[in-house]
Amino acid sequence: MAETFPVDSAAKLAMERESAIGFAAWRWAGAAALIAIAVLLPFTLSNYHVFELTQVMIYAIAVLGLNILTGYNGQISLGHGGFFAAGAYTAAILMHRYGVPYWATLPPAALVCFALGVLFGLPALRFEGPYLALVTLAMAVAMPQLLKYFDVLTGGNQGIVLVKPLPPAALGLDRDRWLYFFVLVVLLLAIRVAANLLNGRTGRAFVAIRDHPIAAAAMGINTARYKTLAFGISTLFTGVAGALAAIVIGFVAPESFTLFLSLSFLVGSAVGGIATIGGAIVGGFFIEFVPNFANDISDAAPWAIYGLAMLLFMYVMPRGVVGTLGPWLTHVMQEFRSERHAAK
Amino acid sequence: MHQLLQQVLSGLAAGAIYASLALALVMIYRATDLVNFAQGEMAMFSTYIAWTLVNAELPFWGAFVITLAVSFVGGMLIERIVIRPVENAPILTAVVVTIGLLLIFNATAGWIYSYTLQEFPSPFPDRPLFGALMTTRDMGVIAVTLVMLVALFCFFRFTATGLAMRAAAQNPESARLSGINVGRMLALGWGFAAAIGAVAGIMVAPVLFLDPNMMSGVLLYAFTGALLGGITSPVGAVIGGLIVGVTENLVGTYLIASQLKLTVALILIILVLVLKPNGLFGTAVVRRV
Amino acid sequence: MAAMLELRAVKAFYGQSEVLHGIDLVVEEAGMTVLLGANGAGKTTTLRAICGMVRSEGQILYAGRRLERCTTEQIAGFGVAHVPEGRGTFIGLTVEENLRIGGYTAAGRPDEKIQLMYGYFPILAQRRRQQAGALSGGEQQMLAIARALMMSPRLLVLDEPSFGLAPRVVEAIFALIERIRREQQVSVLLVEQNASLALEMADRAYLLETGYVVSSGSAKMLADDPQIRRSYLGY
Repeated sequence: MAETFPVDSAAKLAMERESAIGFAAWRWAGAAALIAIAVLLPFTLSNYHVFELTQVMIYAIAVLGLNILTGYNGQISLGHGGFFAAGAYTAAILMHRYGVPYWATLPPAALVCFALGVLFGLPALRFEGPYLALVTLAMAVAMPQLLKYFDVLTGGNQGIVLVKPLPPAALGLDRDRWLYFFVLVVLLLAIRVAANLLNGRTGRAFVAIRDHPIAAAAMGINTARYKTLAFGISTLFTGVAGALAAIVIGFVAPESFTLFLSLSFLVGSAVGGIATIGGAIVGGFFIEFVPNFANDISDAAPWAIYGLAMLLFMYVMPRGVVGTLGPWLTHVMQEFRSERHAAK
Repeated sequence: MHQLLQQVLSGLAAGAIYASLALALVMIYRATDLVNFAQGEMAMFSTYIAWTLVNAELPFWGAFVITLAVSFVGGMLIERIVIRPVENAPILTAVVVTIGLLLIFNATAGWIYSYTLQEFPSPFPDRPLFGALMTTRDMGVIAVTLVMLVALFCFFRFTATGLAMRAAAQNPESARLSGINVGRMLALGWGFAAAIGAVAGIMVAPVLFLDPNMMSGVLLYAFTGALLGGITSPVGAVIGGLIVGVTENLVGTYLIASQLKLTVALILIILVLVLKPNGLFGTAVVRRV
Repeated sequence: MAAMLELRAVKAFYGQSEVLHGIDLVVEEAGMTVLLGANGAGKTTTLRAICGMVRSEGQILYAGRRLERCTTEQIAGFGVAHVPEGRGTFIGLTVEENLRIGGYTAAGRPDEKIQLMYGYFPILAQRRRQQAGALSGGEQQMLAIARALMMSPRLLVLDEPSFGLAPRVVEAIFALIERIRREQQVSVLLVEQNASLALEMADRAYLLETGYVVSSGSAKMLADDPQIRRSYLGY
């Protein structure tokens, strides 16, 4: 059966361009709406809820880091809790021992974690899928031990207690709300950076390496450099999230950074959509609220729910919420548009 | 010198346990090309089953055998129900699924049995042997592991089903063409692996005390051993596990404090993978482009 | 003569692509049918469709059964022995273990049958404890056929048995196949690129081109056809 092409191909092109612009407009409108909600929300909620939402955003940044590495670049990490801890402790040590103001700890934490990521990423080049997962798993399991051992620096078992930052007087916000907006700004920045990166050349290289590493190399992509870069950027994001966590919670201790933290990030990633940006936010919500809700049932329940969620999502929605709904929505909008055009 | 020999021998006993779990990991990897991150938690859960039976006044070895049987069936069911749907899915999906299993087993054990440490009886009295060179308990662990390994070897070498399982793992398509139900062989593989894990758990519980997190360190060491020996080689897994056991013991005694033992495992894993990605006995996988 | 195997309007699919477009094919009881065609014509796909290794539509009749909904291992159990492209040897197992696997489905004790195979293929007896991967190409082909025969098959399906083998070895193997067919009344479906030798032995022949049967008839008829001689027999 022959395909029917529109007689006037210029008209078809125009229609497609209009579609593309239409989509972009919808995207911007959606994003603006979400940001507006995010800005207004803290003024309608209690202090505790604001704190919870701040946690959601912190987790979102951490999960975004994981998505970049595992979702877009295909390198499986079960140890991102370790990098989260690195960022948290960097910030904590700088604030506690050297009196660095809280906002100034973010760049050093970012740098330290980036360096760590690159350092990890270099030997990781030799490990394939499950082996890399294994090495990162080992790191996640060993991390609390390491943190306790170097107690001169890390405060050992007791950890480090920090002074929570004071909001700038001029703004008239209380501490919780100030921190909320502080983290929100970092989150928006992170999303912007990630979007630019992933939608551009680097992102395409990442995905090419994930899907067809040999073909990518044959096309001239320096896989070693991009994989290491992916690692470093990923751990940078998660490390910054860790630093924010230290600032917002005001306390770091080895027991906060166990294997389960790494697995939480993985669950959040899988549920939200491992190769998406928006999925990180969904993941953040999942990580923050599901354990709280599940804890009411029993001590062990959060982990059971995590486990079940992982299984169910892999069977039913392996691309996660955003990864599945996103294309579906796009498909729906396309149908809608083409119907409108057909009617014209 | 005496102390060195002592440490080596007790390291071998620990190594026997790592070797068992490593063997289970290798079995599953060879059969289904999957790294089963939940192997340790499955073993832990089996050990709790044994503990429940022992507490119900069953004789130790009776509980042992029943636990093995239950674990075997459980392993088969897990392969059928949980793993089969994602057998051909991308690696990440399989990893997430086994991690999910890990969490479910851990949480279920914690929910049913709570997180308090429990004592687990050893069938072997704790008496010195060979002039305090090793204990009867260590000897017992090594003996049980040895019996299990010999039994497995005989099964895979001399029985038709064992041969069919090896064939199915090596070349599933040819196996099907020969009339072998590959799916059933995979399920059997998981059953065996679960039973082996149960043995490892029961042997280690008297030493580590039983709690839901008992096996996480053991799993790590087992992985190290499996990688060291070559993740495709059962013999390698056993030897690797023994080496890791002895190394862990010697390092812990002579070099660094025991708090960093897991870090040692981490470093070992990295070293092995960097220096010898296929382990001591593993075969390089040639991939066609 | 009754048909051992019959394909009616069989289509086969790799994913969404249709690669066989309605094949009709017959293998007579105790007869030999050869499938000819260039690379990519669909010969191997036809064999895989018969053994349930590829999604297919249409009818596949074998000794009174319909094979379309059966699994590969079930079909093997019905007495269809398929020696795939590349032989499918279990290279990690010994020669004798390979034979034992061949006998997995068949009733009766494998040891007697294994001795029978050693009778047909003395070289395998010599190498019985060696790893199958260490055998030469010709020896592996013999092992593959022996493995298939261990199933006491009623239909032998061979995918390019001459591939990569020296002419003398090929002749020996084909002579063996013919001998077995006569002695055990086994039906044979043969895919071959080595057309002339195959056409000499076979009863029926089919020529495949990009998923269609473009020519069919008795083997002699195709061998005498000048067009086919020019394209596939080289003269």
